[in-house]
Amino acid sequence: MDFQYAPAPESRSIVDIRSSYGLFINGEFVGGKGEPFKSINPASEELLADIACADAADIDDAVRAARHAFDTVWGPMPGRERAKYLFRIARIIQERARELAVLESLDNGKPIRESRDVDVPLVAAHFFYYAGWADKLPYAGFGPDPKPLGVAGQVIPWNFPLLMLAWKIAPALAAGNTVVLKPAETTPLSALLFAEICQQAELPPGVVNIVTGAGETGRLLVEHAGVDKVAFTGSTEVGRAIARSVAGTRKRLTLELGGKAANIVFDDAPIDQAVEGVVNGIFFNQGHVCCAGSRLLLQESVAEEFLASLKRRMARLRVGDPLDKNTDVGAINSAAQLARVRELSQVGEEEGAERWSAPCELPERGFWFAPTIFTGVTQAHRIAREEIFGPVLSVLTFRTPAEAVEKANNTPYGLSAGVWTEKGSRILEIADQLRAGVVWANTFNKFDPASPFGGYKESGYGREGGRHGLEAYLEH
Amino acid sequence: MSTETPARLAVRKTYKLFIGGAFPRSESGRSYQVHSPSGEFLANAALASRKDVRDAVKAARAATGKWSGATAYNRGQILYRVAEMLEGRRDQFVAEVKAAEGLSRKDAAVLVDAAIDRWVWYAGWSDKIAQIHGGANPVAGPYFNLSSPESTGVVGIVAPADSSLLGLVSVVAPAIVGGNTVVVIASEGRPLPAASLAEVLATSDLPGGVVNLLTGKVAEMGPWLAAHMDVNAIDLTGVTDPTLGGELEVAAAENLKRVIRPSSPDWAADPGVSRMLSLLEIKTVWHPKGV
Repeated sequence: MDFQYAPAPESRSIVDIRSSYGLFINGEFVGGKGEPFKSINPASEELLADIACADAADIDDAVRAARHAFDTVWGPMPGRERAKYLFRIARIIQERARELAVLESLDNGKPIRESRDVDVPLVAAHFFYYAGWADKLPYAGFGPDPKPLGVAGQVIPWNFPLLMLAWKIAPALAAGNTVVLKPAETTPLSALLFAEICQQAELPPGVVNIVTGAGETGRLLVEHAGVDKVAFTGSTEVGRAIARSVAGTRKRLTLELGGKAANIVFDDAPIDQAVEGVVNGIFFNQGHVCCAGSRLLLQESVAEEFLASLKRRMARLRVGDPLDKNTDVGAINSAAQLARVRELSQVGEEEGAERWSAPCELPERGFWFAPTIFTGVTQAHRIAREEIFGPVLSVLTFRTPAEAVEKANNTPYGLSAGVWTEKGSRILEIADQLRAGVVWANTFNKFDPASPFGGYKESGYGREGGRHGLEAYLEH
Repeated sequence: MSTETPARLAVRKTYKLFIGGAFPRSESGRSYQVHSPSGEFLANAALASRKDVRDAVKAARAATGKWSGATAYNRGQILYRVAEMLEGRRDQFVAEVKAAEGLSRKDAAVLVDAAIDRWVWYAGWSDKIAQIHGGANPVAGPYFNLSSPESTGVVGIVAPADSSLLGLVSVVAPAIVGGNTVVVIASEGRPLPAASLAEVLATSDLPGGVVNLLTGKVAEMGPWLAAHMDVNAIDLTGVTDPTLGGELEVAAAENLKRVIRPSSPDWAADPGVSRMLSLLEIKTVWHPKGV
């Protein structure tokens, strides 16, 4: 019997997208002095809005507003009052959750099931978590009287636009800093709706400033002399450039960069659970996840059986309209990203790996890529070494636990890793040996505001989330 | 200089490098003259080369597995053993610090005592840092979730230029107590107490390669250490030239090394935990409950 799903579209009427957006500086929306750009829906290529672009003068204004707010309002404010603003923001996010979820799916291309059930609830939880820290900083373990750093310049990526905003803004504000945040060029809309939420919460002007633009705007912000702290999430290449640009200054820096996580499946793993975990590990958010389990390491004795199950499961993935509640895999975020995913997949074939893509119909308009696995991959292949940042899984095999660890760690990255086995002592030993900031055992891609996240090696430095996440925003 | 013939001619020490638990001269065959602050000749020290830097990094990398895999209790005992060995050679170090830093005997003794005590302080942290800086996280779901600090790997250190022993100990001990291994460029002008400290480390059950000590020029060796792709973090505390400090930080960005910027803290003050934390990673492990 062939079961069909009826379409179950989420209504987009809940969100009111303006035709154009300005920059959010000192509590007001203002025009940008740069050349405006467009934000489109990657699932349909339809125009969503015109977006202002911040130039050097705009960044000056934003940093000045943040400095003034830090000196006059936010810095001197007692922690318990800052906390109440953050709680207020968390509550408004919960109240406007569906609106935010629909907007996020429209602008980013991610399935509504994920924006509704993962992104937005985590955003609210993140503000709620850090709100509680604002008046408890002396208990955070960073000295009896930790002080904020001042103005934070924050640059975030397009894969989790609102969640990355929360990871940046919530701890910064809780610690008493003010911020200038630049969302990604292709996904500015939820950050601009967040600016409206700051207005609704009556957050003092200048505490949060949102400046939109492309890489150049980000560079101007990061290099601005009035910024005390730089926080960046994005590619290792840009992270390196930022580390160079803050060298020799007094600016503090945290970086959350790329990854090429190994997901290790041992022969005693519960296969069905592991298949679900591997699918979630690489196809969650179209694989646009820095901690995605993009290298599957299968123990040889179960490789064949596992791959058969994996392909069966992948054939059931529903790829399509992000606003359809049945959709598992949405649109690739941009034409540029689609080109990169296609290019590396092409390289994978040329280097001799075997490609298999889920048999699914892709919409004609928009940016789409079918969930894909490569088998017969060796450690020298580019698809085993480079971050693809798309729904593409490279499969390697191993015989012994030592070989699995060796292969898992054979990467300049060190953000995350997964291990699947029923044997507790093996989990603990492998987890000890993996050089990665987050290890998921018999699960994958779990996030929580209380749980610190961040990488080893070239995946960056500093942690976001939890008590550890405060350290990035405190003088101690 | 006295013209009298001494009753017995003293046996002088050759100051060498400390790499992988051995005491080689510089592979370059070079040395440089070390003088006291008042200009008196003290000794010839090895003038290490970039090849010595690479050899030291190789030794440090080779030692990471054993040292980071040792129990915290074991590491603590070894750091305490360093304090014991240093205490036994207290008079020697008082004389060397006195000569190196141009101090009175009394003032030098204060610094040596503080250096010994600093090893004791850090020894005790080995099995406590994970308890104050790690722990269970109350995530909103049926998961066991635990964060623990771990060593970052090989750490390059430019030791303080002025404080030849206390400053040196204050940057080395916090780096190794958590399981890192180190390559240290000793104070360029005051390297002799560092070279002697290597002898203490060599007799304290510290595995070879955990601490590697080089003497020579910061401006010559620093760029190779900062740019080395098998070094995970760099502590620039002792870099006195701001331009060089900036250049080393730029070089360190190539593989995203963790960086401790140049500074000149009061080494007599409570060291706090920030040096240790700067050189530790946090690993968070998740596991479902009840499934």
